[in-house]
Amino acid sequence: MAKMSAKYKGSNDYIASDELMNSVNIAIALQKPLLIKGEPGTGKTMLAQSIADSLGMDLIIWNIKSTTKAQEGLYVYDTVQRLYDSQFKDHDVADIKQYIKLGKLGEAFMAEKQAVLLIDEIDKADLEFPNDLLWELDQMSFYIPETRETITARHRPIVIITSNAEKELPDAFLRRCIFHYIAFPDEEGMERIVRVHHPHLEKRLLEQAMETFYSLRNVPNIQKKPSTSELIDWLQALVVGGINPNRIKKELPFLGVLLKKNEDLDVLLNQLQGKTQASRPQTSYSSLNRYRY
Amino acid sequence: MFTNFFYTLKNFGVPVSMNEWQTVLEALELGMAGSSLTGFYYLSRALLVKTEAHYDRFDMAFATFFGDIETPEGLPEKIWEWLDKELPQLEITDEMRRQHRQLDLDELKRMLEERLAEQNEEHHGGNRWIGTGGTSPFGHSGYHPGGIRIGGESQNLSAVKVAGMRRFQEFRTDETLGVRQFQVALRKLRQFTSRLEGEPTELDLDATVDKTCNNAGRLELVWDRPRENSIKVLLLMDAGGSMATYSRLCNQLFTAVNKSNHFKDLKIFYFHNCIYDWLFHDPHCSLNDYTDTEYILRTFSPEYRVIIVGDASMAPSELTRVGGVIEWGLYNDRPGLEWLRRLRSHFEYSVWLNPIPRDYWDWTDGAWTIRAISQVFPMHELTVDGLERAILALRSRKAAQVV
Repeated sequence: MAKMSAKYKGSNDYIASDELMNSVNIAIALQKPLLIKGEPGTGKTMLAQSIADSLGMDLIIWNIKSTTKAQEGLYVYDTVQRLYDSQFKDHDVADIKQYIKLGKLGEAFMAEKQAVLLIDEIDKADLEFPNDLLWELDQMSFYIPETRETITARHRPIVIITSNAEKELPDAFLRRCIFHYIAFPDEEGMERIVRVHHPHLEKRLLEQAMETFYSLRNVPNIQKKPSTSELIDWLQALVVGGINPNRIKKELPFLGVLLKKNEDLDVLLNQLQGKTQASRPQTSYSSLNRYRY
Repeated sequence: MFTNFFYTLKNFGVPVSMNEWQTVLEALELGMAGSSLTGFYYLSRALLVKTEAHYDRFDMAFATFFGDIETPEGLPEKIWEWLDKELPQLEITDEMRRQHRQLDLDELKRMLEERLAEQNEEHHGGNRWIGTGGTSPFGHSGYHPGGIRIGGESQNLSAVKVAGMRRFQEFRTDETLGVRQFQVALRKLRQFTSRLEGEPTELDLDATVDKTCNNAGRLELVWDRPRENSIKVLLLMDAGGSMATYSRLCNQLFTAVNKSNHFKDLKIFYFHNCIYDWLFHDPHCSLNDYTDTEYILRTFSPEYRVIIVGDASMAPSELTRVGGVIEWGLYNDRPGLEWLRRLRSHFEYSVWLNPIPRDYWDWTDGAWTIRAISQVFPMHELTVDGLERAILALRSRKAAQVV
């Protein structure tokens, strides 16, 4: 059983807000999965690593893809291998156990000590995927009919689930989770995060870069807003390129690091050039001028 | 004592269930709220709210239940000016905490009113008047354990205030949002089937076992076709002048539909105000480039999901009269309404998305035609919520309802 005393307090290389720490601790104490949502680049995946580091646990990552089935997380029964082996008779095919391979969830259940299980980007999978895991996450056990074995968690793992909201998750699944939405950090929080990655950054450079970064995020109609990881890369580029801080705002050097879509660059250029000319994004209707109503 | 909070949440549209509520009570017994309102706020939000779209509703419910303190509209302009001053951070000691008497909200409100009546100059750093810094219960950047922040940046947040700030307002799903949200909504429009053409790429285990047994143990693999979305979509968009106001919104939907590559087939046509004999291939609606509506009715199977986007606002004659079409040089033998009815009776899975907010439907310029059309097609407003409802309607045959 989980120790109530285990409390997450953030780790050296990850800045967690009080709210987030609070949610993590609630999830640990109530032994429920923690569902994390948030804009890309707000550190959803990093959180699990940070929890594992600060509590001294192993991290088991289950990356979800569009083809992932719930069953794969529990165990895989390699029937094809067994069939092939039966043709050549060089293995003892009567022993089914050797064809049962535990998945990530099974691994977390069988771990010697309590582990952190990260189910990354659960929304990538099929709509029914989360429902298929309800029982296993609730009871922390599953049954393997082939070997008539029940795998029960030795220590309930701390389950962290991340989602990019590509699909709505089923209600029954949500009811069993603790939910936390990581809001995009404000400038103060962002400065702390940047300091973790670039501890020796010049103050003036950081100021100018941050100001530019947040004003870019506020440009309307940008499709992919630059996120934390882009800011950190950009700062790196600015430092390596030896850019004079005074030039940052005017010249926007290495803009491609922040804005990765051509359309977004166009939108920004339009905004910069034609602030007075009321430049609107091209619409398929704009050429129409038949106001009858 | 919190049971009423449960119902307040429900009233504000946060879908909470008994299960979750019991988890909250359990957590409270474990002392997880740290016997503070702020603790309770974060605890109950983490347990009861399952999507950031509902954070705002939760905040409103919380603020209503635990005291509605956001009343900045009523404050005179001058007080805002006094408060608009920068101040250094305040040091808060334990002693200060102890000295402060906790005031309840009614008392606070009453005191605030008194101060508003009495105060007639700026105050900064004091402990009584409205101003910045200091330890008066009113104003900002100061410290009072149960005060009212008026303007300024929050530094020492308390729960009711956090709730009152409604930071998550932008995540409401009834707001109009970007392409991505539309895409997510459109993904729900699907119906899987494996009985279609396509490469068989999935191993059919049961059939393989059968075949192999029949083969006296000699392995024979059987492949099956993967499941595939069988939904076909017909998108009809109004490109009339009155739609220019909503072009950005319509563009977002258009982009989202186009990017959704999970439809088996997607056809897009344009019309001007109402649908008559012609469906045009581009938004200019010129007679050089069109398909007969009659042809579409004959050749497109009723399985097509039809999404019509338009403001449904036009002169009544455009809808009801022979020759009512708005374009010069065009003439229609059948009134627009009849065309709409024919489309509807052929395409049973069809909806109308209207970019005009629903609240305006009753009294906007086109109220009469909106009403007439919504009797033919189920009409939803063009927001993420509306699109989701529309997609639900597209999944099954739904009768149009009078709005």
